[in-house]
Amino acid sequence: MAQIDIKPAGWKLVEVGRVVLLRSGPDAGKLATIVEIIDHKRALVDGPSTKEGAVVPRHAIQLDKVTMTPFIIPKLPRAAGTGPVRRLWEKNEIDQKWAESSWAKKRETQERRKNLGDFDRFKVMRLKKQARVEVRKTAAKLRASSK
Amino acid sequence: MSAALEANSQHQAQTKKFGKQERTVPHQSQKASKWYPAEDQKQPKKARKSIHPARPRPSLQPGTVVILLAGRFRGKRVILLKHLSEGTLLITGPFKINGVPLRRVNARYVIATNTKVDLKGVDDKTIEKISEPNYFTKEKKSEKAKTEEAFFKQGEKPEKKKPTSARAADQKTIDKPLLSNIKNEKFLASYLASSWSLQKGDRPHEMKF
Repeated sequence: MAQIDIKPAGWKLVEVGRVVLLRSGPDAGKLATIVEIIDHKRALVDGPSTKEGAVVPRHAIQLDKVTMTPFIIPKLPRAAGTGPVRRLWEKNEIDQKWAESSWAKKRETQERRKNLGDFDRFKVMRLKKQARVEVRKTAAKLRASSK
Repeated sequence: MSAALEANSQHQAQTKKFGKQERTVPHQSQKASKWYPAEDQKQPKKARKSIHPARPRPSLQPGTVVILLAGRFRGKRVILLKHLSEGTLLITGPFKINGVPLRRVNARYVIATNTKVDLKGVDDKTIEKISEPNYFTKEKKSEKAKTEEAFFKQGEKPEKKKPTSARAADQKTIDKPLLSNIKNEKFLASYLASSWSLQKGDRPHEMKF
């Protein structure tokens, strides 16, 4: 009998304390946490971030307008008010964790790239080309020396 | 006699005596017509539109790098020099960088970018001269009668068009300070030399220029 290793699925579940990214509506692109699950389609979310312009007011939202993030506020009491949520949000450093994640960084670069003008796009293209040439040069050198 | 003639010429009513009575008789031209047309005569429509002076977009400031969208030089990134009348723009390549000469261009067929080139040092007098209405018009050749010489020349190739030396000189005077200004910014010269086109996945309505 072979040993079978059973692991819990790494799914990001809809649960109280789960930090979610809002995908549409006026708060699109902001973070909030699930405070209470209303039914199988909706949840009550609250995003008391301390950052300017990142606050999500407490409201019900459809779960298909939301993406789960890997972050959780552990032991968030069910239906906690905005004050305690904010305290736990800060204690768990949700904003910092999000900012450090590659997901957030990618979103930020995408946003920045989107707002570039024509000349800036051209500069990006040229600089990327230059970097590529350097990489290929060193790679060719390594290949030559390994032979 | 002469007084009566004068009155006639001014279309005045005349007072005439008929026996004891006096009556004013309207001038011939003032009298009601004895007949009117059987069919209605159409009144020409009054034009309610008027010609407004062209108001260019605020993004089209002199010195802006502009992408041409139509014509022989479509896709080229050029420099806007001045607004001319009726919504046309005066642009230059500069000629040495991308081969676009001093040219008039319709402002509608142009994308304004947020890049600007310093117009410092560009001669205002030359620009003034170029923006005169007849600067770009071709000189008409006087049509010669069919001579024997012309008849024998038919088989030969016609002479190639050459830019007039005055125009070429103007191009140089305009471009010279521009080129030195362009040199100061990295990548700007090669940016102007490259041409723009839609790439795969580009969404022009969502792009910023």
